[in-house]
Amino acid sequence: MARSKTSYLIPLGIFIALAALLFYGLKLDPRKVPSPLVGKPVPTFELESLLEPGKTINSDILKGRMSLVNVWASWCPSCRQEHAELIRIARQSDVQMVGFNWKDERPAALEMLRRYGNPYVLSVFDPDNKAGIDWGVYGAPETFVVDAEGIIRHKRIGPIDRKVWEEEILPVIEQYRTKG
Amino acid sequence: MRCTLTFRALVTAALLAWGSAGAYTLEEFQFESPAQEQQFRDLIGKLRCLVCQNESLAGSQAELAQDLREEVYRMMQEGKGKEEIIEFLVARYGDFVLYQPPIKPSTYLLWFGPFLLVGVGGFLLLRALQRKKREPEPDLTGAERARIEQLLTQPLTKPGTPPGDAQKRSS
Repeated sequence: MARSKTSYLIPLGIFIALAALLFYGLKLDPRKVPSPLVGKPVPTFELESLLEPGKTINSDILKGRMSLVNVWASWCPSCRQEHAELIRIARQSDVQMVGFNWKDERPAALEMLRRYGNPYVLSVFDPDNKAGIDWGVYGAPETFVVDAEGIIRHKRIGPIDRKVWEEEILPVIEQYRTKG
Repeated sequence: MRCTLTFRALVTAALLAWGSAGAYTLEEFQFESPAQEQQFRDLIGKLRCLVCQNESLAGSQAELAQDLREEVYRMMQEGKGKEEIIEFLVARYGDFVLYQPPIKPSTYLLWFGPFLLVGVGGFLLLRALQRKKREPEPDLTGAERARIEQLLTQPLTKPGTPPGDAQKRSS
């Protein structure tokens, strides 16, 4: 036979490569769907203020400053989990923290802010998912990094902790801060 | 009979529990024509719910799915076409909302990969077969020929005789 002995290792090699690929795939989280909005201007909105019923807040508040738009709800346990970290960020960082209260009830939302503190400079209230659909929100918490020109630079799906802040969000903020 | 009755009771109980949990149905969406209703059902059947990712918008009980069904319904009532509605959702949620991914450079591997694999496999198979044709097996040696003769002329073993015995006898 012309074939060398080692050629029988080829199928084994293919198998190992395939297994490695599939094993890597196991670690990916299918819930993290990349947002097509990254790199695009924020979808405009006009929503009621959470804290001051009757007062409207529109998307112009996101112009001129680096902002974090945090989508949250009082019914969402992961939001409570990240709450302390948001408060720490609001205290120590100069980014504008905007709360996007999503599919929630006002009394429950206010109660949560009263009990755990309010990290937000401004809070908009979207009980009917009016603006949420435009922002491609499909769960809470979600956090958008918006630069001073009102362009979405990053979307974080899931809660923020110290590690996520330092390794995922802060670098994006630093990167786009210089431009703005 | 008892079995089916128990089953029916269970199903009824399950349905009641379901109903009290506030299930969404498609009943609330009213259409002017059956064709329009069909179009609505087709459309929400093709769109994926992002919360329960293996369910379509038509089948999902997630609240987000209901919001999106209402949005699709509203857009249809406004007279928007199918393409327009799909574009609207893709612009917000990405290609992932489509069960059938669009054909574009980033999905070429997904769409054409299987054909490529079958092609490569077929090519390798053909090559192996041709090689076999070009390089026939080497001729048998005299001893091997003698062994074949012996095996072919040997009488068939009787049913029930273990093959090992036959082997022993012939050698």
